[in-house]
Amino acid sequence: MFKLWATLVKDFRILTRDRVGLTLMFIMPIILVIVITSIQSSTFELVNDNKVPLILSNRDNGKASQELIVAIKEMGMFEISETKEDFNEKEIADFMHKKDALIAIIIPKDFSNKISLKAKDIAGKALNEFGVTEETGESPKDLVDPLTLYYHPVLQESFRYSIQGALRSALQIVESKEILQTLYFSLNEKELPKGLENEIINNQIPINEIPVSRDGSRNIPNATQHNIPAWTVFAMFFVVISLGSSVVKEKLSGSFIRLKTLPTSYFIALISKQISYLLVTLAQVVVIFSIGVFLFPLIGLPKLNLPSDLVGLLIVSLISGWCAISYAIAIGVFAQTQEQANGFGAVSIVILAAIGGILVPSFAMPESFQVLMILSPLHWCLESYYGLFLEGGTLGDIIMNLIPLLAIITVLQIIVLLGLKRKNLV
Amino acid sequence: MKAISIKNLSFQYSGQKDLCLDNLSLEVLEGERFGLFGPNGAGKTTLMSLMTGLLTADHGSIELLGHNVSHNKKCINKLFGFVPQDFSFYQDLSPLENLEFFGAWAGLKSEEIKKRSIELLDVLGLTEVGDKQVRRFSGGMKRRVNLAIAVIHEPKILFLDEPTVGVDVQTRHAIVNYLLELNKKGTTLVYTSHQLSEAESLCEKVALIDEGKIIAQDTLNGLLSIHHQDRLEGLFLNLTGKAYRDS
Repeated sequence: MFKLWATLVKDFRILTRDRVGLTLMFIMPIILVIVITSIQSSTFELVNDNKVPLILSNRDNGKASQELIVAIKEMGMFEISETKEDFNEKEIADFMHKKDALIAIIIPKDFSNKISLKAKDIAGKALNEFGVTEETGESPKDLVDPLTLYYHPVLQESFRYSIQGALRSALQIVESKEILQTLYFSLNEKELPKGLENEIINNQIPINEIPVSRDGSRNIPNATQHNIPAWTVFAMFFVVISLGSSVVKEKLSGSFIRLKTLPTSYFIALISKQISYLLVTLAQVVVIFSIGVFLFPLIGLPKLNLPSDLVGLLIVSLISGWCAISYAIAIGVFAQTQEQANGFGAVSIVILAAIGGILVPSFAMPESFQVLMILSPLHWCLESYYGLFLEGGTLGDIIMNLIPLLAIITVLQIIVLLGLKRKNLV
Repeated sequence: MKAISIKNLSFQYSGQKDLCLDNLSLEVLEGERFGLFGPNGAGKTTLMSLMTGLLTADHGSIELLGHNVSHNKKCINKLFGFVPQDFSFYQDLSPLENLEFFGAWAGLKSEEIKKRSIELLDVLGLTEVGDKQVRRFSGGMKRRVNLAIAVIHEPKILFLDEPTVGVDVQTRHAIVNYLLELNKKGTTLVYTSHQLSEAESLCEKVALIDEGKIIAQDTLNGLLSIHHQDRLEGLFLNLTGKAYRDS
């Protein structure tokens, strides 16, 4: 036990004197988590909180176009700037850049008149079906000219579709109102009462939106809840730079020769390294999570809400940290030089992070990558954290994510032992 | 009693055509100061590595104080200390911290380590820098730290692979005197160096090794007398030739 204690003390002394290693293990992930959360938070806000800037050019002077504008305004989704009605395509583009607008809509000339004609045509057909009136003849095709929608190329396809859907809904309201008014007038020879119109047009069945969580909490996922766990996992695995090169350094330096001539197994050194770096990874978790909880609200970012199962959180952190350490030691045992350990270690972590869903969400990956994803230990760490942070789960809910992680740890430890055995070190 | 007994030892590095050590036999008695000399590539460091268990022999046997090196490594490793040619410690730690760690690995208790560390730092002139990081030390100071770590557990046999390379006259003098002191207390010294004048003052028995074989072995005075030489350097050149040994 004294040998292990002496080795732990030695490892901690070397670790705390390695300023570059400490910077990489603590400062770099802190910077990463703040920068990326800030960037993603503004994207989240753009989609969730902010209104989408929209430029509207109305070339029509009728009632229907005004009603369409009101319907668009009432959606609350857009921040509307109206332009001169005779803007051409180039002027629209320039105006969009100047106003920083993401979309522009042109309501064509004679829009209201043609909507009215179309409504009359449909109402006529309906009345004819009921046998109230006689056939009015062939209905004109493509009665209403289309609305023109310009969009900024940065706009994601899914976001564009949701804007299109919102506009269609506004158009539907205008068209339905026009048809309803025409029908009512034809039947009663008087205007449709406002109250009835509102009841028919605006009386839609409401939709309740609830984020799904296991613990029943109603926390809306934000950039902080996504990024803090993701970049904590990344930081944990980045100990490969410090630990991997520390193993290589020890292997290449004279101290290793001396260790081999002393009556103590190298297992002690391995256990000590695992314990000391496990404490480092736990310290990373505490530091990064504390930044999310205490610092983020002070700098205008969403606060990190810790999961209700704190024991589960500790166990996930311990297993994730142990997996990161096992990977780093495996790299250190097989690398011939520090450059190899650092280079391969860093590049492999970035690749594993990419296929593990840290850099790009896993659902956005091609199917072939989703197969590879299960090989990345970072994926299982991330899924375990997301189970706690985003889904409000407990340890029992994420156990199936921890089993693959434990399997990966076992394989890595066996690889390390085989490597040391081959080098006659254990 | 024999401190070291080597019988018919052969060793070949993988991928090399020639044997590095070829059927070599050697004996060192307890309490002797034994020098192992030879040109570059003769096989001295390989022989040292085999005696300390860092390498495993292809053929033959090595015994330290009656224990076979390849059978009971844990027991064997308590018997000897090793001063490798390279600095074999953690440069980010102080001498005291290095002694604390390596002392524990050598099997000493905390109290013993403290006592021995104070003694060693004192005798090797390192007390004032005992808590400073070794990284900033001069070559001579690092050599003394290297030696202190090797003897913290008071080994019965001390292997020294060029322990004074690159040091000034004062440090060399201090190290040689300390080694003589250790030997007086019963420690067997097995020493290799290219500093032949230093070897003359330290070694009482020598073996000359060349191309993996021992070409001469006796007391220093005996060898000088047989080969009609008055200095070890003359004897060395007489037996191994003057041609470069770079390959």
